[in-house]
Amino acid sequence: MAKKTPFYKMHLKYNGKIVEFANFLMPIQFEGIIAEHETVRMGVGVFDVSHMGEIEITGPDRIQFTDYITTNDVFKLALNQVQYSAMLYPDAGIVDDLLVYNLKNRIFLVVNAANTEKDFFWIVQNKKYNVEIKNRSDEIGQLAVQGPKSELLMQKIVDFNLADIKYYWATETKIKGINVLLSRTGYTGEDGFEIYMDAKDGLKIWNIVFDAGKDYGIKPIGLGARDTLRFEMRYCLYGNDIDKTTNSLEAGLGWIVKFDKGDFIGREALLKIKETGLKRKLVAFETTRKGIPRPHQKIFNNIQEIGFVTSGTFSPSLKKGIGMGYVGLSFSEPGTKLKVMAKEPIDVEIIKGPFYKKGTHK
Amino acid sequence: MANVIEEIKYTRDHEWARIEGNIAITGITDYAQSELSDIVMVEPPKVGAKIKAGDAVGTIEAVKAVSDLFAPISGEVIEVNEKTVKDPSIINKDPYNEGWLYKIKISEPADVEKLLTADQYKDLIAKH
Repeated sequence: MAKKTPFYKMHLKYNGKIVEFANFLMPIQFEGIIAEHETVRMGVGVFDVSHMGEIEITGPDRIQFTDYITTNDVFKLALNQVQYSAMLYPDAGIVDDLLVYNLKNRIFLVVNAANTEKDFFWIVQNKKYNVEIKNRSDEIGQLAVQGPKSELLMQKIVDFNLADIKYYWATETKIKGINVLLSRTGYTGEDGFEIYMDAKDGLKIWNIVFDAGKDYGIKPIGLGARDTLRFEMRYCLYGNDIDKTTNSLEAGLGWIVKFDKGDFIGREALLKIKETGLKRKLVAFETTRKGIPRPHQKIFNNIQEIGFVTSGTFSPSLKKGIGMGYVGLSFSEPGTKLKVMAKEPIDVEIIKGPFYKKGTHK
Repeated sequence: MANVIEEIKYTRDHEWARIEGNIAITGITDYAQSELSDIVMVEPPKVGAKIKAGDAVGTIEAVKAVSDLFAPISGEVIEVNEKTVKDPSIINKDPYNEGWLYKIKISEPADVEKLLTADQYKDLIAKH
């Protein structure tokens, strides 16, 4: 039986189109993906992201242990700082990408919904040092308030200066008397916040946020726009762009791998890959004429198959087809012109950086 | 609930056809547009193309999905709605009127008999 988040009632109230995703009943869209996408790029929208998994690590060695199971440097984190990271298998395949929160007396990991059980298992299996590991996913609700107007909105409901919370920092605070974990994070490229609360307080927080957002045209946003928003920023999606068959270096996630920090699971294999050299790379491309690339389609140069599409969609901001995919290293330079094999070949060109360059995240 | 109007015929592939003499005006149903949601690209068959009922003769792309367009009736394409090609969101807004896709000069009148009535189509989508 698919699970319901604390906000399920609200999705029905706002006429959300409900689908099963990662064993949760989630809204794929409300008024439409493009309109919702624009709400977040121009104003402010709210995502129910309660399906995401939360795993808590406590005990005196929590930092050392988290450092061992993730690729980024956890010792660098100040109290209340947040970090994007990944967990690897010993062969350097990716277990998951995740957020690491360094909170008072605990490390808080936020993992992909479809991977929560797998990740929790993996972490427990690799347990060492003096730590305790808990899967708290079922007890926690999460809302993402995203868009250029999100700070104005959120400032109305907290009693400290939000400018003090920088991008990728968090605070354990109260919203109208309710305990929350609040961080300036998101998956959209816009300024925004993520609010974690006890599941039982979820609806209260929803109502507070929507009341405060009335003046800013606040709307609920579905998973469809969540995907187009992350995609335009070229953020990886686990299951599409990265998985256990890809490694962090070819996926462009070398920036969250700190080889110098000491041992971590997957380090040796990944170092070997680095020394041998990459065979392929995850690239981003735009269509130059028409068509929309879709996942699993093959990528050709003029002569031969050289890769495949991992994510493909229509970009509501750029008004054209965009894609990501793995291609042989010698075909991965920006400016390279390739063909995606749809029913009719789609002309694409590899680009540098994100598709959408005007994001307001700070 | 998807809108199914009375005076036109339907296919199992969620196309509709409005028969006017020997001409069929075609498009996709309200159910189809709602399932696809935001339609961003449409490629109907070209004027002059000879098409056969049931064949994939074009494509329709939404943000998250792509679908073939199937010919409801055999014949020759005599007109394409360039407005929907330029602004495919018209199909989402008004699938049965402004959002028509192309017109067929019917070559096999028997094809018309094989199309579903509004009631039959209602039953079909109720099962989804």
